Amino acid sequence: MQKSRHDLWVGLFVVIGAVALLFLALKAGNLLSLSFEPVYRVSARFDNIGGLKARAAVKSAGVVVGRVTHISFDDKSFQATVEMEMEQRFAFPKDSSVKILTAGLLGEQYLGIEPGAAEKTLLAGDVITQTQSAVVLETLISQFLFNKAADASNAPADKP
Amino acid sequence: MSGVTTLLSRIGFSVRSSLADIGEATRLLGRLLVLSPVALARFRLVSDQIFFLGNYSLAIISVSGLFVGFVLGLQGYYTLQRYGSSEALGLLVALSLVRELGPVVTALLFAGRAGTALTAEIGLMKSGEQLAAMEMMAVDPVQRVLAPRFLGGLIAMPLLAAVFSAVGILGGWAVGVLLIGVDAGAFWSQMQGGVDVFKDVGNGVIKSMVFGLTVTFVALLQGYFCQPTPEGVARATTRTVVLSSLAVLALDFVLTALMFSI
Repeated sequence: MQKSRHDLWVGLFVVIGAVALLFLALKAGNLLSLSFEPVYRVSARFDNIGGLKARAAVKSAGVVVGRVTHISFDDKSFQATVEMEMEQRFAFPKDSSVKILTAGLLGEQYLGIEPGAAEKTLLAGDVITQTQSAVVLETLISQFLFNKAADASNAPADKP
Repeated sequence: MSGVTTLLSRIGFSVRSSLADIGEATRLLGRLLVLSPVALARFRLVSDQIFFLGNYSLAIISVSGLFVGFVLGLQGYYTLQRYGSSEALGLLVALSLVRELGPVVTALLFAGRAGTALTAEIGLMKSGEQLAAMEMMAVDPVQRVLAPRFLGGLIAMPLLAAVFSAVGILGGWAVGVLLIGVDAGAFWSQMQGGVDVFKDVGNGVIKSMVFGLTVTFVALLQGYFCQPTPEGVARATTRTVVLSSLAVLALDFVLTALMFSI
């Protein structure tokens, strides 16, 4: 096949397109955050998961140590079952507790895992029992209003 | 009585001819898809078409991408700062470019810049009886002329859409970070937190491939079946732009509903 003067420019065009795709994947899409580390799966039950979604981060001390893989509803205990994949290199005590936290005031929700003190570590298939549900704004407000009302009804009773 | 029969025969003729048009278009698409691997064997022809369709479109695509990014940065900031979340500007710019604007605007520009050129070229080849001459020499014009152009468009379009999106994100960054003063770290980290490589970037690439196929095929079809007269070529070129733009916008709705509906 003889060479043509277009070859250089076609090559350049294809390279520019490939670089643009790479830019989108790495800089915009953060392909690097996809880890291929070995993982182990654990699950936890929550009374209320709020706005937690699959692929949310599991963080300990603010560092990402795993991801939520699946969220389902258990119709026996009427609780939410959250399954997560923890990176194999991070071992946590068996009595660790998880709670649902929010990034910022209105940010997305993630799981915070707090290490316990047990000798044994969490293994694949374990269920974390100590959990703290998401803070639901409506519940907070209603509790606040209820307390206010209770204060208001107590206050006149004290006076006479 | 004769009025009724004239009306009936007119309806019958228009239905029959539109069915014949659909059939011819489908047959041409089938032949192009079958002959594309054959045309790949003579890559010289395909690479010439990539040069003609891709390289020459690079300037208009990147300049438009830059300005679309600028505008997205300005307009997005205006709305976001009302809610005190101007850091999400990067996410807004990246998602709207990668998912929608990149593939769609590139396809529209591609139809105007490259599709018309394809239609006019093939229409003139037909009116100059070059295609007929090829057939006389037992050279299949679909394989020799149409298939390399089809493949060239198919390869060039996703690359152009990627360039458009990337340049657009840089444009949004230039306006948001350099001009307005959004925090650069928040701009990129919000973007990386919200854009999924496969769901967003990957689906955008699939969209641009589908649009590339649509635009190139419509252009080739209009050129190949145009009336071999100056008016016929002119009409076919106009139809290329109108039909491929409408097809791209309609397909975009269908693809978005399939890909991003929850």
